[in-house]
Amino acid sequence: MSFDAPIKAIGEKDLIAPKSTFKSITEAVARVTENPAPKGWWIAFLTAFSFTGVLLGSIGYLFWRGVGVWGNNSPVGWAWDITNFVWWVGIGHAGTLISAVLFLFRQKWRTSINRFAEAMTIFAVICALIFPGIHVGRVWHAYYLAPIPNQMGIWPNFKSPLLWDVFAVSTYFTVSSLFWFVGLIPDLATLRDRAKNSLRRMVYGFLSLGWRGSNRHWQNYERAYMILAALSTPLVLSVHSVVSFDFATSVEPGWHTTIFPPYFVAGAVFSGFAMVMTLLLIARSVFKLTDLVTMTHVELMNKIMLATGSLVGYAYAMEFFIAWYSGNEYERYVFINRATGPYAWAYWIMISCTVISPQLFWSKRLRTNIPLSFVVSIFINIGMWFERFVIIVTSLHRDFIPSSWGYFHPTLVDITTYLGSLGLFFTLFLLFLRWVPMIAIAELKSILPEADPHHGEHHDEAHEGDSHGEPALATTAEGH
Amino acid sequence: MSVETTTVSVPEGRPALLLAEYETPGACMKAAEKLRDAGFTKFDTHTPFPVHGMDAAMGMGDSKLGWIVLVMGITGLMTGIALITYTNGIDYPIIVGGKPAISIPAYVPVCFELTILLSAFGAVFGMFGLNQLPRHHHPVFESDRFKAATDDKFFVSVEYADPKFDADRTPELIASTHPNHIEIIEDTES
Repeated sequence: MSFDAPIKAIGEKDLIAPKSTFKSITEAVARVTENPAPKGWWIAFLTAFSFTGVLLGSIGYLFWRGVGVWGNNSPVGWAWDITNFVWWVGIGHAGTLISAVLFLFRQKWRTSINRFAEAMTIFAVICALIFPGIHVGRVWHAYYLAPIPNQMGIWPNFKSPLLWDVFAVSTYFTVSSLFWFVGLIPDLATLRDRAKNSLRRMVYGFLSLGWRGSNRHWQNYERAYMILAALSTPLVLSVHSVVSFDFATSVEPGWHTTIFPPYFVAGAVFSGFAMVMTLLLIARSVFKLTDLVTMTHVELMNKIMLATGSLVGYAYAMEFFIAWYSGNEYERYVFINRATGPYAWAYWIMISCTVISPQLFWSKRLRTNIPLSFVVSIFINIGMWFERFVIIVTSLHRDFIPSSWGYFHPTLVDITTYLGSLGLFFTLFLLFLRWVPMIAIAELKSILPEADPHHGEHHDEAHEGDSHGEPALATTAEGH
Repeated sequence: MSVETTTVSVPEGRPALLLAEYETPGACMKAAEKLRDAGFTKFDTHTPFPVHGMDAAMGMGDSKLGWIVLVMGITGLMTGIALITYTNGIDYPIIVGGKPAISIPAYVPVCFELTILLSAFGAVFGMFGLNQLPRHHHPVFESDRFKAATDDKFFVSVEYADPKFDADRTPELIASTHPNHIEIIEDTES
């Protein structure tokens, strides 16, 4: 990532506040991890940490009593557990999309938010991985998920999408973590070199692997980063496709559709961006990073949400059309039942939150409004949870035989497990904000005008003396 | 113009270095070009971020990392094929949905994921290997000023072990590139 002057003629703006320097970037990002935590951080952390305790308690009770403590029962055998799994995995998609796909497309605005989004991805995938793990029932047999033969000598069934899911999500977690760590190495070295006490120096020194900014290292480093981005791009598209196979390869009306893989991926990116927006707007104002995360970033993210939200809306409409066009009466019934049956309330919450609310972003005034962006991002998170709930529960509760129809009621343990997973997510995230540079320092420096080795050359010949401001930018741009 | 020069001594047995500090990436790159043109090979630049064009300025070849990743990716793919064929096709064939025990379309997701996984390991650990990281001791860390290499300063280091290195002329060559400061990190015991 090197510097290119913004093209003013097509409305491109500076990505970083114009007065930023290498030093001011280091200072702005590193001081968050060095100064004592603000009081608000402690309040949020202790709240989140207590909810993590609630999660552990709920899981402990589940292991003690069995899966019956949840509301899952015939005919709704998958309910909040799988809804939460798909929701969390979906949220985990924005990080890799921002760090890998936008990197390959040379979208430089990503540098302010990629670290943040990658961390969020990892924590969301940790929350996601909990749910299938605890849903297996007899947890002491969880090793059946891995390719290890059981006591009868039977291996896992590699024709099952559930097994593909194990491989897809665990690969995704591993690769995202590696990608994140590789990006962190130079920034951890920055923290090491700024460390005032020996404990910080030792911990950050150990983690930064003795990074010394050597160009012979940067060469391999940049290549590794690019290869990881190229590997993560098909990976991120594959993960939610494989998650959708869990549904699409079954013969359940409402699940058995070919639109699921692209529809799930669009929904995942949509919900992931919404979660990044929620967290970013909070962190940006609490830790005063408005120079580095500017209105341009907020606006661009809102545009992506508008695009993916419309894709999701299109998928909903297409599902309905195909249900009618297929002539399959079960399929038709499922969709009419979704919109008008006992779960109509959930369906219409989903439609208003995910399809209608992002449409506000067609207006430039609304998509550059911070409080509104925050509220809409929360709505999208809620709506996307309901989307998964609607797909899973409304399809299962009334399928082929009316005598087996039912209605799902969550139990207290369902609710506490879900809230607890939010607690775990925020606990990890708040720890990240305090101990790890939340913005990619090295990458952000590389998009400053001064990072160009030819910066100011033509300018110096013309007017000796003043070396800052707009004219320098303009001449540099023309010189290339 | 004379440049302020200081000497830092390092414990016995480590290679010694000449370390020059620059204010801008451009100045650092010009120094690298000079060293390259003078025939130096054991020198390096240290920058807070990758500087565009520095590889050419230092006369470096292309990274070999891609080949490591390719080999690892193929290994991942083969591992997937072998694992599924052995477990579900040979050791304990399971017939599901009337499909053959060895059913190629069902291989795709798992083989794909394993290819990606091992390629990613190749990219990350291959990069560590090529860079010889982790390495927590290095003579440049003896310098206090070097802490700015991860903040806002740009450094060039030349090893005494370079065949072209000359205790008198090399510091002069470096001084002619307008550094902020020159440091000699040497082994005083020998």
